[in-house]
Amino acid sequence: MKDFILPDADYGTPASKSKQMVTLNIDGFDVTVPEGTSIMRAAAQIGINVPKLCATDSLDAFGSCRLCLVEIEGRNGTPASCTTPVAAGIKVHTQTGRLKQLRRGVMELYISDHPLDCLTCAANGDCELQDMAGAVGLRDVRYEAVETHFQAKNTSGEANPQWLPKDDSNPYFSYDPSKCIVCNRCVRACEEVQGTFALTIEGRGWDSRVKAGGANDTFLTSDCVSCGACVQACPTATLIEKSVIDIGTPDKSIVTTCAYCGVGCQFKAEMRGDELVRMTPYKHGKANRGHSCVKGRFAYGYASHRDRILKPMIRESINDPWQEVSWAEAMEFAARRMKAVQDKYGRQSIGVITSSRCTNEETYLVQKLTRAVFMNNNTDTCARVCHSPTGYGLGQTFGTSAGTQDFDSVEDCDVALVIGANPVSGHPVFASRLKKRLRQGAKLIVVDPRRTEMVEGAHYKAAHHLALKPGTNVAIVTALAHVIVTEKLYNEEFIRSRCDWDEFQDYMEFVADPRHSPEAIELLTGVPAAEVRGAARLYATGGNAAIYYGLGVTEHSQGSTTVIGIANLAMLTGNIGRPGVGVNPLRGQNNVQGSCDMGSFPHELPGYRHVKDAGVRAIYEQAWGVKIDPEPGLRIPNMLDAAVEGSFKGLYCQGEDILQSDPDTKHVAAGLAAMECVIVHDLFLNETANYAHVFFPGSSFLEKNGTFTNAERRINMVRKVMAPKQGFEDWEVTQMFANAMLKEMGGAGWTYTHPSQIMDEIALTTPSFAGVSYDRLEELGSIQWPCNEKAPEGTPMMHIDGFVRGRGKFIRTEYVATDEKTGPRFPLLLTTGRILSQYNVGAQTRRTQNVVWHPEDILEVHPHDAETRGIRDGDWVRLASRAGETTLRVTITDRVSPGVVYTTFHHPSTQANVVTTDFSDWATNCPEYKVTAVQISPSNGPSDWQEAYEAQAAQSRRIAAAE
Amino acid sequence: MLDEAAISARVAEIVTAHQGMEGPLLPILHEVQAAFGHVPQAALPQIAEALCMTRAEVHGVMTFYHDFRAAPAGKHVLKLCRAEACQSMGADRVAAHAQASLGVDWHETTPDGRVTLEPVFCLGLCACAPAAMVDGRVVGRVDEARVDALIAEVR
Repeated sequence: MKDFILPDADYGTPASKSKQMVTLNIDGFDVTVPEGTSIMRAAAQIGINVPKLCATDSLDAFGSCRLCLVEIEGRNGTPASCTTPVAAGIKVHTQTGRLKQLRRGVMELYISDHPLDCLTCAANGDCELQDMAGAVGLRDVRYEAVETHFQAKNTSGEANPQWLPKDDSNPYFSYDPSKCIVCNRCVRACEEVQGTFALTIEGRGWDSRVKAGGANDTFLTSDCVSCGACVQACPTATLIEKSVIDIGTPDKSIVTTCAYCGVGCQFKAEMRGDELVRMTPYKHGKANRGHSCVKGRFAYGYASHRDRILKPMIRESINDPWQEVSWAEAMEFAARRMKAVQDKYGRQSIGVITSSRCTNEETYLVQKLTRAVFMNNNTDTCARVCHSPTGYGLGQTFGTSAGTQDFDSVEDCDVALVIGANPVSGHPVFASRLKKRLRQGAKLIVVDPRRTEMVEGAHYKAAHHLALKPGTNVAIVTALAHVIVTEKLYNEEFIRSRCDWDEFQDYMEFVADPRHSPEAIELLTGVPAAEVRGAARLYATGGNAAIYYGLGVTEHSQGSTTVIGIANLAMLTGNIGRPGVGVNPLRGQNNVQGSCDMGSFPHELPGYRHVKDAGVRAIYEQAWGVKIDPEPGLRIPNMLDAAVEGSFKGLYCQGEDILQSDPDTKHVAAGLAAMECVIVHDLFLNETANYAHVFFPGSSFLEKNGTFTNAERRINMVRKVMAPKQGFEDWEVTQMFANAMLKEMGGAGWTYTHPSQIMDEIALTTPSFAGVSYDRLEELGSIQWPCNEKAPEGTPMMHIDGFVRGRGKFIRTEYVATDEKTGPRFPLLLTTGRILSQYNVGAQTRRTQNVVWHPEDILEVHPHDAETRGIRDGDWVRLASRAGETTLRVTITDRVSPGVVYTTFHHPSTQANVVTTDFSDWATNCPEYKVTAVQISPSNGPSDWQEAYEAQAAQSRRIAAAE
Repeated sequence: MLDEAAISARVAEIVTAHQGMEGPLLPILHEVQAAFGHVPQAALPQIAEALCMTRAEVHGVMTFYHDFRAAPAGKHVLKLCRAEACQSMGADRVAAHAQASLGVDWHETTPDGRVTLEPVFCLGLCACAPAAMVDGRVVGRVDEARVDALIAEVR
């Protein structure tokens, strides 16, 4: 759809990247543009809009609609301005008598096969066909509509075989073939922008129709991933959001940031009054460049789901039903109770868990709550269970705990090494950009136990897929380094000038040892040595090589070691500090980078500065007027252990569901049950809330102001598009609670009135954020930290002339097998992952129509393992590990190797984390989700634990009727 | 009637034979049609997967070319040209006669499975319009009598 409100200029064809400039004359005006620019785009740049239908600047020129014709002096005919590149000195005319007549004739033909129901059409006022009819001055249609595509019945009442019914199979948008002008924009968007190739034009000539999938497919059964690119590209009402059909066209739009994954796409929230009509990807969003996925574009319905809790609730014991109370009562109750816990069990007995889904400002306040009000450092965040090894590993080797590049960098990459990540499902908008580069010829290496969607797809295929056994990442990464070192493929000049040569010597000695050779580890990893050698050679010699990695790297007992190994690979080959290279962690949640930056870890104040550093403490002691505890606090697993032991008794948990997302559910449940005051601050009564005494209802990302920081360190604005349904933005709730605590303790209250003041405080106290303010963010759109005097506009790429820590540090990466081993009782390895349509524990996406794609978690089993156990496709199986057991249904597939089973963790009823163990990363305690020894066997239905859990959850979610 | 496994095996052979060729989709579709007399639906996803394409793309290519059939034709195929030159020489009249005497409409096959009647747009025989094609053999100056003769020949 064209943008109805605040229209972004559409230049018709993509910008040219050429440095060579060309000057031409259009309608008497000179214009200078890069070589390769289309005449259409050049004209648009000086405000001359040539009529067009099949052109839009997100897609390559196609030249099919014949509306954008122009005349060029000295050339014959009337070429299409979209497909004709500029040339020096040409004189172009866009509006002549001949052109006007031709355009009207073309328009007349279009309109002769289009229903004239504009007034009742969902795209009324938002239709490019309508606009172009106006632009060319169409006043009459001479052709009688005899044979058409839009009339269901002909004049004598017979069914029209050319008429096709609407396809409403997709829950979010509808396809109405009768309104289609076959401009091809949807098909091209699916191919060029999204890279799924789910659409085609069926037939030819008069019979041409847009078609999803093969002959018998609908949109839902086709390969369509519902990213919305086709809907965005459609100039008419043929492909249109169902919400627009239901509500009507929006009347204002506000740019904000998606609250799903760490890509950090910017969207326009298009509103009618305070009702959200649709979310459309923002063209100037620097992470997404006008693209989106099914979650961000469509799956926002959870914010108005009936499960959402809008009133604060309290209860004496977790066996009681919840009681709805006023905010004041809830605050008073929570503060009194927390204070009592602290009085009884000591200062260290309470703590907080910050959320990677909330804003930077909210996270900052929550850690400030524990440091300045609870007076301890007991703060941790969900990054503990995902990317904490990234922070550690990259911090040690490079000096910053973050990715090195921006997403635009992928456009210059020649070899992409994707380790333990499935961006096609987890980070779809980035995956689309990567796939585009792969179709242009870049090479791909995938390291993953499973043949993910990333390994092979439409018009790309990984050059090497190293399908390793779960838990052997370090061995593989070290073997890659072994090949690079022993075959002398390393970049000596880079290492000498940028890294510590002595450390490199030591590392080289270690890694050159034959026990690290691909041949030596083949039995261990299950990857043929030749594949490893091929991959190493390609990475080292294929040009700009970039590493993208995800939780398949970090969530292991050696997660930090693998991150270090990855950093070593990049340093060995000099793939750091320029476009197209680098080490790029794909962050799971929208603000996991930000929550780490904001000092959520128990040992670090904001900006990754250790609490033991008196100088840093002094900054905050001055700003907050309190004494800061110099001892690091408890990590999440330590909090739970301490709770079971009886020394940790109170928790304020914001926007995270530790009971579902953290490993070894039984242990988490025991820890929570042992606490005397658990405060859950969330949109829904999540699983953790089953053990809570206080529930603060949260506000959705649509209902608050703030900032999120994405995987490329980009600070994006989150803007309030509607009032919080439960009355307060989350930072206000935290402030109320802090003030209630301070009142009990007789201290001075917090007085923030807007999140911009919190950001100002962050900027004042944190060097890497020194130049960040809401005014600057408004001005620049977004800022990549570090942003300070040296980089006033932020830092898209890091380590350009030297590493942040000085010299890059090579560290030995000794492989140590995890203690979680297979044996006769548990012969299979379980690894976990994600699916496109669902997000994290599913709290949001399960409450949207995304469930049509993924109604339950399924266990993937290799045919060999299934056959020996007598398991058939679709059967229920019991999945048991040393920690626990659960049941779920099976699909038999060779995506997984023999000996490996795989599932997702999006549904609470599956309880995948009952099975996972409490082994964790040696450096950061990041849990080892990705490797669990299991056994599977046929089963009739839910396990005892699942039934007991369901009963407890139902019991615990009761809300007492209002009196 | 071929079963799915047999189709799949033969399609796999054909795909393998075209490995390494640039732009192999059309040659593969031709050979599949030659093997089965039509392009079975089940073959399309298989071809798509082997070529790193999607089934939508393969479906788009196949439906673009009218000569690729989704279902088997009759034993003989009679094509009558319906393009402008032939129309001006009475092709419509001849076509109506052929439809009446075969008792079928365009794209239909006689109940005995002997003849499929199809329209075609220009056989390059405009000088001898109206033109026809029987099982690949072109015939010029087709009138009602000649159509009857052609039908008699294939029935």
